[in-house]
Amino acid sequence: MAEHLAPDDLLQEYAAGNLSEPLSLLVATHIALKPESRQTVRFYEDVGGALLAASAPEPMADDAFDSVMARIEAGTPVVPDGGTAAAPVDDAARTRAALPEGVRIAADVPTPLRDYLARVGETASWRQRGGSVAELDLLPDYPGYKTRLLRITAGSRIPQHTHDGAEYTLVLEGSFTDSTGRYARGDVSVADDDVTHQPVAGQECDCICLAVTDAPLKMTGPFGRILNYFVDM
Amino acid sequence: MNLDHAKDVHQPGQLGCSWVVASGGGLVQNGMDPKADDMGELTPTLAADLLDALAAGPDRQAFKRLFAHFAPRVKSYLRRLGAEDQQAEELAQEVMLTVWRRAQLYDRRQAGASTWIFTIARNKRIDAIRRDRRPELDPDDPAIAPEPETPADQQVEAGQRQELLRSAVERLPEEQARLLRLSYFEDKSHSTIAEELDLPLGTVKSRLRLALSRLRTLLEETA
Repeated sequence: MAEHLAPDDLLQEYAAGNLSEPLSLLVATHIALKPESRQTVRFYEDVGGALLAASAPEPMADDAFDSVMARIEAGTPVVPDGGTAAAPVDDAARTRAALPEGVRIAADVPTPLRDYLARVGETASWRQRGGSVAELDLLPDYPGYKTRLLRITAGSRIPQHTHDGAEYTLVLEGSFTDSTGRYARGDVSVADDDVTHQPVAGQECDCICLAVTDAPLKMTGPFGRILNYFVDM
Repeated sequence: MNLDHAKDVHQPGQLGCSWVVASGGGLVQNGMDPKADDMGELTPTLAADLLDALAAGPDRQAFKRLFAHFAPRVKSYLRRLGAEDQQAEELAQEVMLTVWRRAQLYDRRQAGASTWIFTIARNKRIDAIRRDRRPELDPDDPAIAPEPETPADQQVEAGQRQELLRSAVERLPEEQARLLRLSYFEDKSHSTIAEELDLPLGTVKSRLRLALSRLRTLLEETA
């Protein structure tokens, strides 16, 4: 069965450091589940390294080296910098701690998504969206994006909808099928603004996805119009 | 589609030669003169050796050479991403401080030295200039799907790969090189690039894809 890896341009923008937090979260979780995409990101980082090596140097201040050495010798505490390619793991146990009940989804959730779930898990709650779909906001305050977990009841259809922007969906558990194929754990679906699609969750279990949209969904069916009313509120 | 350069011939003497190759490519800016570059020439292998030395213990001399080479390039990277001179200077120093402190985490089988330093600089600028977060996977997470082992005869050492990439990016056609610079060095999304260059988004994506797949093919052929 064909895998649905994230498109290369998304992986390249992640490697270059140009993605917003919600999309970075989606890509980072995807590459934890799909080694091939992880290797692709590594290649794109290599390109970044080659560009850095080839760039024209800009002279540093005369005392730059000495002042860095002085800071090293003085043992200045490290400023948190958002991690590196191989961020130190000071607390491996943290990532394995049980998630709060509300966000405990059966599949093993890799970091970094796991950390986000742990953070919102205590307070967030699933909202039922018309019977077969429940959703949970992960980054409600991030401007311009909706970042949600979706839970689609096994075997059910989610309302037909189109998009103003793009919708990126990463499957964490179960599967769904739409006109472009079947998506299972680790797969990413990208739906553009002109795609109208109607995914159906697989029968095996509820389908849990991380969905990032860069503009609100527009439901197109009669049922959808009612949902839109709430989405737009 | 532009395939004029698809049959680029390998130029003898470019591979594995000096770290600074200024001629012919679209990536070296400001007409840099190799002779004027006193900022520490380093081959990728030597750079990886120096990082290993730094990981083994506080090696001031190794760090000094890394600093001389990378700090000015990191600064130039940060300047292009919108930092003022003073901020770029400070952040470049921060990046080098991180290099010193995290040298033990460097794995030469995984990444060339300049790739590793690029990722540190990238994360620093997302944090300090764009003020955003960049979630990353945790390599020790047991939930991570393992990678298949690459057969030994297909492995290209990271340093060697970096050298090949270096010479390859410098021989990209200017049109493709420019897109790469905009993406990697100017924090421009593919759609912003399309707007600024007045090109359809699909064209930007396909040109970038072409540039990157050429680089990739080149590496795979060499492997």
